[in-house]
Amino acid sequence: MSTKTGVELNFDLSCPAPLPAKDTVLLGHGSGGKLSAQLIRDIFLPAFQNPVLARLDDQAIVNVNGQRLAITTDSFVVKPLFFPGGDIGSLAVHGTVNDLAMGGATPLFLSAAFIIEEGFSMDELRRVVNSLRQAASEAGVQVVTGDTKVVEKGKGDGLFINTTGIGLVPEGVDLSADRARPGDKVLLSGSIGDHGIAILAQREGLEFKTQIQSDSAALHTLVASMLNATPHIRCMRDPTRGGVSSTLNEIAERSRVGIEVEESSLPIHEEVRDACELLGLDPLYVANEGKLIAIVAPESAAAVLQAMRNHPLGAEAQIIGTVQKENAGLVTMRTPFGTTRIVDMLAGDQLPRIC
Amino acid sequence: MKYLDEYRDQRIALALAAEIVHCSTRPWVLMEICGGQTHTIMRYGIDELLPRGIELVHGPGCPVCVTPLETVDKAIALALRPDVILVSYGDMLRVPGSGSDLLRAKAQGADVRIAYSPMEAVKIAISNPDRKVVFLAIGFETTAPANAMAAWQARYKGLTNFSMLVSHVLVPPAIRALLVSQTNRVQGFIAPGHVCTVMGCKEYEDLVRDFRVPIVVGGFEPVDILEAVLMLVRQLEARQLGAGEARLENQYVRSVSYHGNLPAQKIMAEVFEVADQKWRGIGPIPQSGLRLREEYAAFDADRVFDLGEMTVDEPAECISAQVLQGLKKPTDCPVFGMRCTPENPLGAPMVSTEGACAAYYHYRRHSVAS
Repeated sequence: MSTKTGVELNFDLSCPAPLPAKDTVLLGHGSGGKLSAQLIRDIFLPAFQNPVLARLDDQAIVNVNGQRLAITTDSFVVKPLFFPGGDIGSLAVHGTVNDLAMGGATPLFLSAAFIIEEGFSMDELRRVVNSLRQAASEAGVQVVTGDTKVVEKGKGDGLFINTTGIGLVPEGVDLSADRARPGDKVLLSGSIGDHGIAILAQREGLEFKTQIQSDSAALHTLVASMLNATPHIRCMRDPTRGGVSSTLNEIAERSRVGIEVEESSLPIHEEVRDACELLGLDPLYVANEGKLIAIVAPESAAAVLQAMRNHPLGAEAQIIGTVQKENAGLVTMRTPFGTTRIVDMLAGDQLPRIC
Repeated sequence: MKYLDEYRDQRIALALAAEIVHCSTRPWVLMEICGGQTHTIMRYGIDELLPRGIELVHGPGCPVCVTPLETVDKAIALALRPDVILVSYGDMLRVPGSGSDLLRAKAQGADVRIAYSPMEAVKIAISNPDRKVVFLAIGFETTAPANAMAAWQARYKGLTNFSMLVSHVLVPPAIRALLVSQTNRVQGFIAPGHVCTVMGCKEYEDLVRDFRVPIVVGGFEPVDILEAVLMLVRQLEARQLGAGEARLENQYVRSVSYHGNLPAQKIMAEVFEVADQKWRGIGPIPQSGLRLREEYAAFDADRVFDLGEMTVDEPAECISAQVLQGLKKPTDCPVFGMRCTPENPLGAPMVSTEGACAAYYHYRRHSVAS
């Protein structure tokens, strides 16, 4: 290609196959935003329709011989596999334990399935499995069954893990995204965006150094202390992919209420804020793996907040907003200047800005 | 963060807003040029802090929005070639071409990669000698020096598998085109602070003199925007009383000098030359863009791949032309938020985070009567 003529090629510039979003799965369908919601609504819900699934909570709660059993499943495809503050093994425990905990359940047992690409390092596999074992033991859950599949080189991306968890929901606890009522308070257990930025900083091509650690942690003991303060918590969610904004939007939509967030009350570590400024990202959409949002009746909010702050994983907890009748289905933000804007759910992944 | 917190200070912002109310006696139409400024105005509700008579209209300074449809189509066609790695700034990926976008091309198997800096594309070319790496080099004067440096480095290193699909636009010719237009309503401009960081304020002197229009170079934080508005309003009100001529002022002094960044201008001039340029939604503007110089022809994807000329029409319903010229607000569009949303954008201003339509959709649709 040393001369200007270079490679002579005559090809048709009109796109050969225009692709409406409905014909192809895009990465954005896995982002936790609007495209993910569309996929669930159009493909999965009609296929499996039943009242338990229709609740669309992080876990299913079913009645078995008078016991309320919580079940959840989650697949982990994080890249890189090892990151500051955790790895795919610990994340696979925390993610599933947290999905159970958000239903108020005490997590009991996990399954773990490994999809491994041919050629994957045995040493790294050992490290991941050890980390998974340690995280499970710290969380007080046992891995009681599993599965292993190996796929051909190039047909996987190193390692994927799926974990399924079951737990028991104590009597009197009833948490669901459709239970938020006007006047309720919105509580957040701590600073946002740490996990997403810690991962991003490790990605190839992003040359910025940071001390930010993933917040990956099992939240069930925090949940237990909160429920101990009052069993009348309406809803809990962990704002993982899609971040705080997607979680609040889901609650607003499911409960048909508006949620107003006070911008100045959002706990964000300075390093995360700075990294987001540089990269053109909004921390409200960045993933967390060790945080929860709780919707609490106004009269119980102070007690729940205190219980959270007494727990190491909730030390930076804040009341960040209020549920309201107005703007049903929308999340709005009160800015420090007294103006109001929408906090929208993203269509797909956040894309870094040009400048 | 230093240089951020003090420019988001509630007390200072509200004091500036009060001063604008105090100074203004009549309606004024002001345009912020840059999409980053539009984004700040919408995100913080700056327009709601202004007196009713002061209207902010949103200019053409969203690089993603004004990149021609043809360039997006060319990028998609190149990306779909198995021998090509297409490297792009992130927010170009969702911009609709005439039939697809780069994210969908990626889902079809195209090797599309996001970079924060064009130098990453050069590195990718070095580590993939058997592939052709094409960098989608778009933007205003802000990105031009880094893009120029990538081409310079590629030439210096003797790379034969690196090229750039260039669509570069320049701000002053666009302001001139707006000002000569019969339909112009804009009485004062907030010039884009980052463009001026590179080029300096000096480029705007001619516009102020030729059209007797006040221009204030402004930053991107709420306090910056409010201060720039105040400076414009003061000039306009003073002239109303017969005091003083239109002036060029610099609000963004912490970043912008009169002459700008000279080494950056030097590398731009070495690699690029000024050329006619088509703007998406606006049309061709003479001498309003940059193309690679003849010495860099071997790094010009348009010439290397013999992409040829193509003309594609915008969807008829999209009013982005009027939006980008400040003639209409996004909410004046009959399909805003209905058939045109960030998930299914009809035009680029709905897709980019800096696009005026997306800013209204993301931040304001609760206050828009539907």
